[in-house]
Order: sequence, then structure tokens, then C-alpha cells
Amino acid sequence: MHEQEKLFQEESRVKATDLEHRRKINYSLMQSDLAFQKGKNAFPDLESARKRAKNIKWETIEHLNKYLLEFEKKFTERGGKVIWAENPQQVLDAVLQICKQKQAKSVVKSKSMVTEEIHLNPFLSRHGIEVVETDLGEYIQQLSGEAPYHMVAPSMHKSREEVARLFHDKLNAPPGLAPEELTLFTRQILRQKYVDADIGITGVNFLLADIGAVAVTENEGNARLCTSFPKTHIAITGIEKILPSVNDLALFWPLLATHGSGQQVTVYNTIFSGARKENETDGPEDMYVILLDNGRTNILADVTARESLFCIRCGACLNVCPVFKNIGGHTYNATYGGPIGSVITPYLSGLKSYKHLSYASSLCGVCTQVCPVHINLHELLLYNRNKSVKAHCGSRSEKIGWLLWKKACLNRAMMNMTNGRIKNFMIKLLFRKSWGDNRSLPDFAPKTFNELWKATGQ
Amino acid sequence: MHVNLFIPCFVDQLYPQTAFNMIKVLKKAGCTVHYNTEQTCCGQPAYNAGYWDECRSVAEKFVHDFEGNQYIVAPSGSCIGFVRNYYGKILENDGHEKEMRHQQLPVYEFTEFLITVLNVEDIGAAFKASAVYHDACGALRECGIKEAPRKLLRHVKGLQLIEAPDCEVCCGFGGTFAVKFEPISIGMGEQKVLNAIEMGAEYIISTDLSCLLHLDGYIRKHKLALKTIHIADVLSAT
Ligand code: SF4
Repeated sequence: MHEQEKLFQEESRVKATDLEHRRKINYSLMQSDLAFQKGKNAFPDLESARKRAKNIKWETIEHLNKYLLEFEKKFTERGGKVIWAENPQQVLDAVLQICKQKQAKSVVKSKSMVTEEIHLNPFLSRHGIEVVETDLGEYIQQLSGEAPYHMVAPSMHKSREEVARLFHDKLNAPPGLAPEELTLFTRQILRQKYVDADIGITGVNFLLADIGAVAVTENEGNARLCTSFPKTHIAITGIEKILPSVNDLALFWPLLATHGSGQQVTVYNTIFSGARKENETDGPEDMYVILLDNGRTNILADVTARESLFCIRCGACLNVCPVFKNIGGHTYNATYGGPIGSVITPYLSGLKSYKHLSYASSLCGVCTQVCPVHINLHELLLYNRNKSVKAHCGSRSEKIGWLLWKKACLNRAMMNMTNGRIKNFMIKLLFRKSWGDNRSLPDFAPKTFNELWKATGQ
Repeated sequence: MHVNLFIPCFVDQLYPQTAFNMIKVLKKAGCTVHYNTEQTCCGQPAYNAGYWDECRSVAEKFVHDFEGNQYIVAPSGSCIGFVRNYYGKILENDGHEKEMRHQQLPVYEFTEFLITVLNVEDIGAAFKASAVYHDACGALRECGIKEAPRKLLRHVKGLQLIEAPDCEVCCGFGGTFAVKFEPISIGMGEQKVLNAIEMGAEYIISTDLSCLLHLDGYIRKHKLALKTIHIADVLSAT
């Protein structure tokens, strides 16, 4: 068993049996579900909207090179700078270079999963640059030294009491603050950080090819502050986040909002088209967009898996996933958890280390049912399983097992061999351990239906 | 109406009585039944494990065993969903002719067949108990079966059907998932069972014995006051 799988097995046992964890996650995800169920009624025809979104993403990803180049051309025409990065190190180097050039001491950040993927915060800290997360959930995670638990709701696993305690311990906040008080308290700290920061880093929800701009969606207004106080704005994104046109936002903004949080549209939607021009009164002096590959072209190269690049990171598949509900976000030990994470992580971080995630699913298909861009998530998990079998990642005994299975299934007489008692014995021998201590094994019937049918001469 | 029975491998081996109960209901609804004694399995277990070549051989046998244009009916949404939605992909390398042939396989899950083909809602069953209905994932999401079993159950005399809020949530069986990731599987099953008890149910009814096998394992081990039962067993009771 691979090291990562072992970790996953251990951690999933801990989490799946932790009733307090179960209670918190179930409660929190039930709220998300209620919001989504209510929010989706705003679409007169959600199904058509999803199909259109899938078609647009399909067209875009099939011509990814064209759209990315169009974005670059339009964005640079207005003075923006585009940096292409194949791997995390290239992003880190580029950011560090900009920091040095600007003599930056401090950075404010709005939410970005790609920066989690490349571990930007610890890197900048090591180089003596202060980084502050300004999304409240991310700020909480940063204070507790944990990775985000969920791609949209980073600290959903923490109760309000836990957060109040954390703020008391780390920031000397008065004990037992209520959520509103915590928000106010944080605001006071962050306001100063925005003013002091030299650079603002944001993620990207959509790259817009036709106008060469970046769209960012958020609920707290922190991304706007991150991009208006500091003199430099760096937006970091995966290459798949592109849409052909600004007009596509009319579809994608509400889809993302509804599937992410049940809102009709998110509170703040901003389109950044570049640095401040001469006759303009505000905006940063410099704007960079860093386009990261980091394994995404591996997905692109695979015709079947390609559709996983349609993902708009709404988090809906996590919210409905019964496996996620039982093991939580950290157990995956990957930047992206839940169904979409299990699909793409093997391509981003290696099939051998992360193939087990494709098996850690009951294939219930509820993720596929909810995905706003119609990604066939559960079928892609099956596809990954086949890929890992083809890459000889399976054990020898497993291989032999399936060969025997095939033999039996091709030969009816074999399936009628022996009797129920012997079969029960064999099953106990083979499965008693893996079936576990929490379930009784089923009993074989003394005779199969097949034998009984023949015996009754029907 | 003539029906070609498909008795999935685990029903054949573990629950022959349920298969006979399904036959009883079908006959009561006016069907004659045929059973090809050569049949084995649809191939799904190997497909789900990633062993697609092994699956293909078994799927080919299935297509061969169920040749003809009679309705094929099985007491399992999972197997029917697999044949319906995946055979095209699995057999596509076998040349055009076979693929066409599978697309014509008229496969039906048992309750779906009663409602959509036979148009029978009241089969004259009686079963005195309170029960929740569990939407098995294969039936619900692969076959789109939601109302058919409920319509049938609403006509069962004495049965008090409770609509559970988590009726569409997976039970946690998932084939090899149940053994490869046992703690997660148990966590999911446990919640299903405890919720059913909390709703005041004496039974969990479903179209799929694979779900019930797993839930029943949990129930028996923990000696809980709850039972599982396949919908064919309920509909055949009088
Ligand atoms: S896979 Fe679909 S549901 Fe999941 S995060 Fe991406 S867009 Fe949302």
C-alpha cells in the first residue's frame, strides 16, 4: 500500500468514527444544501443552463491555446503582464522576483486555491515577507496553521466557539466573541494590513479572453481591498479558468453563486482589466496575471478526463458527497478534496500516490447529478480505476481474483458448485477482516436460485 | 406479457427467495416468465474495480444469453442501470453490430417494469408494518426510478410508508468500496440505519439487495430493532 493511501486509511477511520465531527459537518452541509435547494429555483430552467455551461466550457477547453493567447494579447495591449508557469516553482520564483523588484515587505491575499496548490504562503514567509489572508475563512485557517478544509468554505469544520477560542489564543481577542464581533475584530486588524501592504494577490474565478480581463467573485469585499490599496496586483490562476467572452458571465456568475452558496449572485463581482491608466484615479500601478499549468495539460492530453477541466470550483460536489461528509476535507491530503479532487489529483500529483482516491467512492453519482457544468464525476472515477489497473497499480492477488471471477461468470456450472455452507465458510475466510467488526456477513442460501429453478422443473 | 428473467449473481447466490417472490408478483400481474439457466452476471463488479477487459467478456456473455426481444426484468436497479448505461461503452470495440444489439436490450428494473410497461399500481399485496423507502443509487440515478416503487408501496394494505429526508443518500455499500474503505462505508450505513429508526420505521424497503445486504449486516451486528426487506418480498406478501 502506498504511503498516501495508508495515511488516507488511517485518517478516514478517525474521522468517520468521530461523532462530533460528523455532527458539525452534517449540520454545516445541511445549511449549504438548504440554501442551494432554495437558490436553484431562481433558474427557470437549470438543466438547460447547465448544458449551455458545459458546451461553452467544452468549446473553450478544446481550443484552450487559442483562448489563452487571445487573453494574453488583449491583456498585454493594455499594459498588463502575463507570466506563464509550468510548475509551482516557476510561480514562486516569479512572485518572489516581483516582490524583490517592488521591495515588498507585506502581501495581502484574497482567496485562491491555486496558491494553496503551490504553497505560496510558507514560501513567502521563508523569504521574510508577511502574508495575510483576508477572506475570513482563510484567515481563520491561516491562524490555526491548517490548509483550507473545503474549497469554498475553508473553515466550515470549526464551530463558532472554536473560532472564538482561536482568536483569543492567537490575537488576544476578548474571550467568547460572537460571530459578528469576531468579524468586526478581524476587520479592524485587516484594514491596517490593506493600507500597509505592498502587493495584493488574488485568485481568479474566470479569465475573460475577448476583453483580456480577470473576473473575481467574493462575498466580503476583501478582494477589492486587496487590489485597490497595494500598488501591485498579482492574480494567479490555473489555465483552465478561461471563458471566451465577458458575456458568458451572465450565465457563469449565477451558476457559480447558486452552486457555491445558494445565492443568486455573489455580493461582489469585479472585473480587473489591468493597471491604472494615466487619466484614471485609482487601481494598482502594475498588474500581473500568472497562468499555471501544474499537471493540467496532463488532463488535457487525456480525451476522456479532459472534461474535468470544465470545473468552476463551486464546491457543490463536495457539499453533497456522502464520503466527504464522513471523512471531511483534510483526509484527502490534497489541495482539492471531494469528488472533483479525487478525479484530478492523480493527474496533478501522480497516479501511484493518489489512485486510492478514485476507489474511495461508493459511486452513488450524486456529484454528477449536481455539477453545474455536467462533469461526469463518478464515471471519471471509474475511468481512473481502469487507468490504474492498466498502469499495473493493482496487486497480483487482485488480478488473479478478477481472473477467477471471470472464469466463474463465464461458466454457469461453476457458480452452482458446492453448497451454501461451504460458500459461507469461504466468504468468512476471505472477507471476515475487511468486512469489519461492525457488520455481520450475509448468508449464502443452501442452493442457488438457478439450482432451485431447475429442481422445481419450471 | 412474456418476461425474460435476469437474476443477478448475488441474488442468485444469497437471496433466491426474493427472486421467487418477484416471479410470483409478475405472474399475478399476468406475465409468463422465462429463465435462461446459463445466465450469470452483468459484469458490473469487474467494471467498477477497473478490470474492464474481464468485464467485457462477461458482458458479451450476457448479451448472448439475453438475445431476443423479450422484456428483461431484474430485481436490481444497479444491474439494470449498468446494462443500460455502460454496455455501449464496454462493447463499442466489438464492432457495430454487437453494439446495436445491446442497445436493443429491453432491460427493466422490476418496479419500473410493473409501472411503466404493465401499468399496474395495485398488486393486491398486504404487509402490516411501518417502513422507510431507500432510493438505491443505481435505481435512482442510473435508471431514474423515483415514483414507481412508491406508487406500488402506497397500494400495499397495512403498510405505513414514511418518507425519510435522507431517502436519496447513499447507504455506503458501493461494492468493493464496502471492504476497501470499511470505516467510511460503515459511517454511511450507520447513519442510514439510525435515521430510519428515528423515523419510527420497522423496515427499510428498497429495490436493491446490495444496499440491503450491507445495512442488514450493520443492523444484525448491533442487534437493532429494524429489518430490511426487498420490495418484491413486500409486494408478494398477502
Ligand atoms: S466538479 Fe462541478 S460540482 Fe464539483 S466543484 Fe467543479 S464545477 Fe463544482
